[in-house]
Amino acid sequence: MIYRETGQFRTSYAEDQAIFRLRQDKIGIAVILAIAWIGIPFFADEYLLRAILVPFLILAIAAIGLNLLLGYCGQISLGTGAFMAIGAYAAYNLALRLPALPLLLDFLLAGLIAAAVGVVFGLPSLRIKGLYLAVATLAAQFFADWAFLRLPWFTNYTPSGSVTAPPLDFFGWVADTPREKYFVCLAFACLTALLAKNLVRSRIGRSWMAIRDMDIAAEIIGIRPMTAKLSAFAVSSFVAGGAGVLWAFVHLGSWEPLAFSIDMSFRLLFMVIIGGMGSILGSFLGAAFITVLPIFLNQAPGLVGIQLSTAMVSHLEFMIFGSLIVLFLIWEPHGLARLWQIGKEKMRLWPFPY
Amino acid sequence: MLATVTPSPPPAPIAQRQRAIGEVLLAVENISLRFGGVRALSNVSFDIRKGEIRAIIGPNGAGKSSMLNVINGFYHPQEGRILWKGRARSRMRPHEAAKGGIARTFQNIALFKGMTTLDNIMTGRILKMRASFIEQALYVGRGRSEELRERDFVERIIDFLEIAHIRHTPVGKLPYGLQKRVELARALAMEPELLLLDEPMAGMNLEEKEDMCRFILDVNEEFGTTVALIEHDMSVVMDISDRVVVLDYGKLLADGTPDQVRDDPAVIAAYLGVAHG
Repeated sequence: MIYRETGQFRTSYAEDQAIFRLRQDKIGIAVILAIAWIGIPFFADEYLLRAILVPFLILAIAAIGLNLLLGYCGQISLGTGAFMAIGAYAAYNLALRLPALPLLLDFLLAGLIAAAVGVVFGLPSLRIKGLYLAVATLAAQFFADWAFLRLPWFTNYTPSGSVTAPPLDFFGWVADTPREKYFVCLAFACLTALLAKNLVRSRIGRSWMAIRDMDIAAEIIGIRPMTAKLSAFAVSSFVAGGAGVLWAFVHLGSWEPLAFSIDMSFRLLFMVIIGGMGSILGSFLGAAFITVLPIFLNQAPGLVGIQLSTAMVSHLEFMIFGSLIVLFLIWEPHGLARLWQIGKEKMRLWPFPY
Repeated sequence: MLATVTPSPPPAPIAQRQRAIGEVLLAVENISLRFGGVRALSNVSFDIRKGEIRAIIGPNGAGKSSMLNVINGFYHPQEGRILWKGRARSRMRPHEAAKGGIARTFQNIALFKGMTTLDNIMTGRILKMRASFIEQALYVGRGRSEELRERDFVERIIDFLEIAHIRHTPVGKLPYGLQKRVELARALAMEPELLLLDEPMAGMNLEEKEDMCRFILDVNEEFGTTVALIEHDMSVVMDISDRVVVLDYGKLLADGTPDQVRDDPAVIAAYLGVAHG
């Protein structure tokens, strides 16, 4: 009853092709945006902003990047962490060596550099698929790990290998409090989500999905597999690179190559699988699941009054978190986004049986 | 009580349909295709004329699908050449054939299972869209106007094939007969000059077959699309096709009108066998 399209008539194709077709969806997204832009900044404390919301938003952006490649184009990648690292170090070196450039332009160029590297490591996808491609993209991860650890030029010859980002100066406006950093991440997350959604409902997104679902049939309707796959790698790496810049400059501040290890690639892969492949919303849900749940599990024993040692808590966190992932994949292999879809279907008729 | 009903004139028999059959659209000349030691096609030549419905028939393993794959650019024959609109075609990939105006459907449906009917048919319009990457990302300019323009075109095909009710359904959930129809819709969305249909009626019941026949005839008549189809149902082939090619063991057995082919002793032998002794 709550979620019904009854009485809402779409009289033009433009209305029928809108991102949010139903009035309930429009209201829903307006409420969420209002909470995110107005509610949270006023009521959240510094810890929540700095330790939970900022990483959540940045990882959601990275998850969108991977989702475009894996969920929409069907090309598996274990190198997302590497593309984040390339974005981060590219932005660092641009800011260091070309101080005249505005920071926003550094970010953009860093994304483009990550995209170019992504295309190079995407080349094997023209020949190989599935697990073999996963192994080939793993090369990107190892290459980035090695390059940023062993080639001191990238880290400006700092003896420890750790580098520090310049202040976040956007044309004179400096984001240094957690609240301001949150706004920066939120703006980028909204922008990325909107652009990604537009891409996947346009020609380019359809050609990615066609390649994903049946590459032979895609070819007979005139899609060039090479263009489709490499453009997916480029866009995905661009977004991942941008997320890497934010992760380094906004979240970490100073970092070493280990921040973008294979661990990061795997976390992003889990986010996409758990959130829902082929769904922008799923990228946000998956990022929330992976970043927020461990923190919740960590706090939970204390909240219900059980006293456990710190080591015990962190071990329990891993055990519960791992089993939740396994159980979740058995119950709903299509992810949280599908769960939301089913929920909406149920809400259409509720409380009537049919 | 009842008004006198004047009987409408009987519909013209199908054989009398007047279609403008024009010059040769596609000609295959002396095509030979081998996979290792297996000869899939040997020295096959025939042509397809503009505006006709051309059937390719033959027993299982005769090389019919291989022939379509050659025309389509999936296979590259070792010998022979293909003339498309009178010009010899060099080695080409399927997406180049698509650009040239050749569309096709598959024997075992090749739809994009994760996408809706509408999106599947919209993929058929990809070659007609020119919006730049930025326009698509921002959904402005051509990014938006092309989406609306092509949606309008696709809706006409949806109406034509009577699949409006399943517009937003993921095709993976559709029954077999409808999936075949969506695949035809996707091929039609390309506005092809030559439509290759690989067993469009396989596995259908009588009613679905009749629907499909009607759609193929309508497409041919209203859009003037040239159709080449592989089919096993002889009554369908004899009814709707203008000319028939018969293949057997990769060789051309007969080529002519349905009546000629039906009476050809070699064809009868291949299909029914000959008495020995």
